[in-house]
Amino acid sequence: MAKITVNGKPQEVANPTSLAQLMEQNNIAQPDMVSVQLNEEFVQRERYAATALKDGDEVDFLYFMGGGRS
Amino acid sequence: MDFTEEQINRYSRHILLQDVGVEGQEKIRRGRVLVVGAGGLGAPVALYLAAAGVGAIGIIDGDTVDLSNLQRQVIHFTEDVGKPKVTSAEEKIRRLNPDVQVETYQTLLTAGNALEIIRGYDFVVDGTDNFPVKFLINDACVMLRKPFSHGGILRFDGQTLTYAPDAACYRCLFHAPPPPNAVPTCSQAGVLGAIAGMLGTIQAAEALKYLTGVGELLTNKLLTFDAKTMTFRTIKTKRSDKCPICGAHPTITQLIDYEQAACDISDRQKH
Repeated sequence: MAKITVNGKPQEVANPTSLAQLMEQNNIAQPDMVSVQLNEEFVQRERYAATALKDGDEVDFLYFMGGGRS
Repeated sequence: MDFTEEQINRYSRHILLQDVGVEGQEKIRRGRVLVVGAGGLGAPVALYLAAAGVGAIGIIDGDTVDLSNLQRQVIHFTEDVGKPKVTSAEEKIRRLNPDVQVETYQTLLTAGNALEIIRGYDFVVDGTDNFPVKFLINDACVMLRKPFSHGGILRFDGQTLTYAPDAACYRCLFHAPPPPNAVPTCSQAGVLGAIAGMLGTIQAAEALKYLTGVGELLTNKLLTFDAKTMTFRTIKTKRSDKCPICGAHPTITQLIDYEQAACDISDRQKH
């Protein structure tokens, strides 16, 4: 198991787990609609499957949010 | 610095602040802020900036006031329904603070007018409800090296970041607008009215901090909150080398009207 942090909350994942798998496990319905930061670095969409998570990693899913005017 | 006695009284709670004082208030008076969208976010932003004595407030919005706006767009009143939003907003600002010069643009911000309009201001507040204009504001501000505050709200959530030259821009985090209708807007999914006030006042505070030079801006950070649990998070971000507008090899060199492009494509498909 690897202990990681997802959006500020601790989470344990099997070793190995890729970023793409983590998104599945976290029920991210539209992966295209999310920006992903790993340890404060932006991860390119093409790299999700190839990026393996390790102990201590901090993952942030950033969501599009519009709203405001209408 | 020639504040009248009345002005000293009006702005006394600012002047009392050690970090602001008369000098800070003078900076606020000399400030020019553009508010894009006179809606849920733009309403509290414009009201607080007007109350604060910002010298000139520009407001751009092409819409008229609708009854369904009044649940959160606190600058518009019941009798304003049907009135252009910029007119309604201008009237309230004048009544709140006659010191403020109001500049209204009853139109949409587009690739054609964005640079020209934004150029005349010190700080821009994004209070729009759609991604094409959010990206347009970002791109125009990056090109002009103009600081701005991004704001988004949906349901019970809000997010905001401040861009300043050489800090992470909105595109560093979100490369391109989502496809039309992929992300719901407030008019589709709803929003708790007070959320607009929570986020708008953060944006107004950022504008005032920028004008006065007080504190640290919300740059290289994304602040998000969930009002259901009243949880606030600040996520550290970085300028992205691969950012299509502010990265090492920018691919965007002119402004884009995304909405227009999307409409054109769907129109073409229909025929």
